[in-house]
Amino acid sequence: MSTLLDVKDLTVEFATRRGTVEAVRQVSLKIAKGETVGIVGESGSGKSVTSYAVMRILDRAGRIAAGTVTYGGVDLSAAGERQMREIRGREISMIFQNPRLALNPIRKVGVQLEDVLRTHALAGTDDARDKALDLLRQVRIARPEERYHAYPFELSGGMCQRIVFALALACRPQLLIADEPTTGLDVTTQKAVMDLVVDLTRERGMSTVLITHDLGLAATYCDRVVVMQKGEVVEEAASAAIFKAPAHPYTRKLMRATPRPGIGLRDLLPEAPAGTPTRPPAPAAGDVLLKVEGLVKTYPRQGGNPLARLLGRGGAAPEPFRAVDGLSLEIRRGESLGLVGESGCGKSTTSMMIMRLLDPTAGKITLGGDDIGAIPAKAFARTAHRRRVQMVFQDPTDSLNPRFTAERAIADPILRLEGGLDRDAVRARCESLATQVGLPLDLLDRFPHQLSGGQKARVGIARAIALRPDLVILDEPTAALDVSVQAVVLNLLDDLKAELGMSYLFVSHDLHVVRLLCDRVMVMRAGQVVEEGTAAAVLEDPQAAYTRELIAAIPHPPV
Amino acid sequence: MLRHLGQRLLTTIPTLVGVVVVTFLLTRILPGDPAAFFAGPTADPAAVEQIRVTLGLDKSLPEQFVAYVGDLLVGDLGVALSTGQPVVAEIAARLPASAELTLFGLILSVAVAVPLGILAAVRQGSWIDHLCRLLTTAGVSLPVFFTGLLFVYVFYFLLGVAPAPLGRIDLFASPPPHVTGFYLIDSLIAGDLETFRASFAQLILPGITLALFALAPIARMTRASMLSVLSSEFIRTARASGLAPGTVIVRYAFRNAMLPVITTLGMVFSFLLGANVLVEKVFAWPGIGSFAVEALIQSDYAPVQGFVLTMAILYVLLNLLIDLLYGLIDPRMRIEG
Repeated sequence: MSTLLDVKDLTVEFATRRGTVEAVRQVSLKIAKGETVGIVGESGSGKSVTSYAVMRILDRAGRIAAGTVTYGGVDLSAAGERQMREIRGREISMIFQNPRLALNPIRKVGVQLEDVLRTHALAGTDDARDKALDLLRQVRIARPEERYHAYPFELSGGMCQRIVFALALACRPQLLIADEPTTGLDVTTQKAVMDLVVDLTRERGMSTVLITHDLGLAATYCDRVVVMQKGEVVEEAASAAIFKAPAHPYTRKLMRATPRPGIGLRDLLPEAPAGTPTRPPAPAAGDVLLKVEGLVKTYPRQGGNPLARLLGRGGAAPEPFRAVDGLSLEIRRGESLGLVGESGCGKSTTSMMIMRLLDPTAGKITLGGDDIGAIPAKAFARTAHRRRVQMVFQDPTDSLNPRFTAERAIADPILRLEGGLDRDAVRARCESLATQVGLPLDLLDRFPHQLSGGQKARVGIARAIALRPDLVILDEPTAALDVSVQAVVLNLLDDLKAELGMSYLFVSHDLHVVRLLCDRVMVMRAGQVVEEGTAAAVLEDPQAAYTRELIAAIPHPPV
Repeated sequence: MLRHLGQRLLTTIPTLVGVVVVTFLLTRILPGDPAAFFAGPTADPAAVEQIRVTLGLDKSLPEQFVAYVGDLLVGDLGVALSTGQPVVAEIAARLPASAELTLFGLILSVAVAVPLGILAAVRQGSWIDHLCRLLTTAGVSLPVFFTGLLFVYVFYFLLGVAPAPLGRIDLFASPPPHVTGFYLIDSLIAGDLETFRASFAQLILPGITLALFALAPIARMTRASMLSVLSSEFIRTARASGLAPGTVIVRYAFRNAMLPVITTLGMVFSFLLGANVLVEKVFAWPGIGSFAVEALIQSDYAPVQGFVLTMAILYVLLNLLIDLLYGLIDPRMRIEG
């Protein structure tokens, strides 16, 4: 096969306040015609920067310091801006992470497609609309005439990604660079989008570069995989080979850290030194800690005329939207329950109600015999129950006050709910908590922006367990973390549970992760529970069709 | 759309009621006795009392308020004691003068500030960015009366290219027939190019003075807003699709960056309308701001109340217009509205 893109010794530098930083060092890779290549790596590995350098869309601070990028005989690293404009979209196109942000929010999606078609002179005023509609049809968007007039905010994430994909396909380019195209999408949507990408690129004989942190995704969809770490390529091989016999230690570490069927939590960690105790047997679950019965949360639907309704005209109000629809669950002491479902299924709403941040429309929430559902969410923080239910939030960065040091963040619940402690006592408590969660003590005086993702996650966990709660709600606590960090954090959570005898309610979209940490699993869809059982049973022998669909959609390395 | 407009208009009523009450009370607690002022320094107490009764100032506050609102409902804002003219007539005569000056200054400053802000953002750190910074800093730090006087000194006194700063039109020319009250427009309607030229010449210096002052917030907001939009992800998509820089900057970036700029415009406009008293004073402009200040100094209730009320209504209408513009620019606002 002939080489389409040839990157040789590419080095990209960024000018920062602390001098220049090499984000990519001496990277070489070749993409043949019609080939699908995965670039895999964790955050900071330079995989996205490499692709931006190829497209020459680096930030102002970044520049190609050395190396060449040859595409079809043209050296892109030396090409003029005008020539690059011809190549972008026409020869090489890109799709991005977070499709909703990748589209102009105030321009109709159809018109955005027309913009690209017209720029590359593939359509004139009279046929642009038809061609745009045709593109929408190709990416299998239902009712394209209607969607042509839609704005990005009116479409779902998966639909927006199809539009971004249509933009990328518009000018029939030779090479598609997909930068984390499905991160943040539900697994079933991810599968639909990836299948579409593969179908259409194969059909057109296009080459694809798939940039991802997800080994499973790369293994499922790529011919060849390039593994990057800290700006360098550490391994490159056919995807079948690389997963069977990873040569580089980093690849092995990544492989191990990827949750997959048939393994335990400890298997995620790097090769454990001999003699490490295996996971202690889970303590037998005690009496019922949390009991939720017939939980319902409804929201009024958008639309209608509020003024007319106020005046008693305009007909009946539309049926309210039932975000959570008659959900019941039980968590015993020392038990962890996983709540799994795709976005919009009501799992977060449920956790917010149990956390008592949101008032249920109907239903009962009892914690250790006390009816906490009856206490309004506004007043809950002033009751003695607040310290019994704590939460670890999804985004470790956004859930920390940027002006608080790690110590102040961990001390927050102690200061607010306990009080009466002098400064030294609080410091001592924070230090013991930091030790417990494996946060080095010298990091306690740092601010969130000076901490890594994993360290921030530890701060969030230390804050949640500061008051020795009975129940901790974990809302996708590892979704924003790299797999190797996720492996460590999941193990930490498990250890803490055994040590402190807490119960967990683990909310996640990832069944594999849930299985590793949880004793029991509930699968939710449209506000209702579709399946419930022990984690092993649900994953290995799913009863509901929806659960089977979810499991089938998760890509995993062929191990 | 029309229903939305109607609903939006309804919500302005409480604001206006509040303005009526507050201006009434504010003018009553001002120091000074309008009856004594009106009667003159030689009047005896009996005459002052007589005038007080005539003006209705002997009644209790609630009674005065009811009378005031009753007059207001029939469009009567009272009589300006200092000129003896009805306040409505005074405002109607002076508002167009202020509005013409303010609009002219605003258009001028938008025409300069917006392109300047865009260029400064696109070529961040270049000479045009520095020029933008220099102009905006100068714009806010030089008081308008100073720039006004400087312009008069240089262009009228030294160079003699500008006409005497004595109002809206040459003393010897006659204003164009009244249609809109804006001399530039009225003279064009009348087809009188000579009057147009004369009034335009009068407008230039005060217009630039105001524009220089309004330049700073608009240019700064444009630059900041453009910078944040230019670093957003959809701009990267647009660039990766090979769209021309012009399309990316104007159609993609600027349209998204416009919302905060328009908000700033609204604030700057209403601020200028009331606060250009100094410019009006320097250029002997027969505007509403100088009129209100005169009235305030003389404890003349009716014009002050009329002025504040007019400003409030203008401000409310302006905000309405901005809200509607938001909806036109950003489809997301239409849903929430």
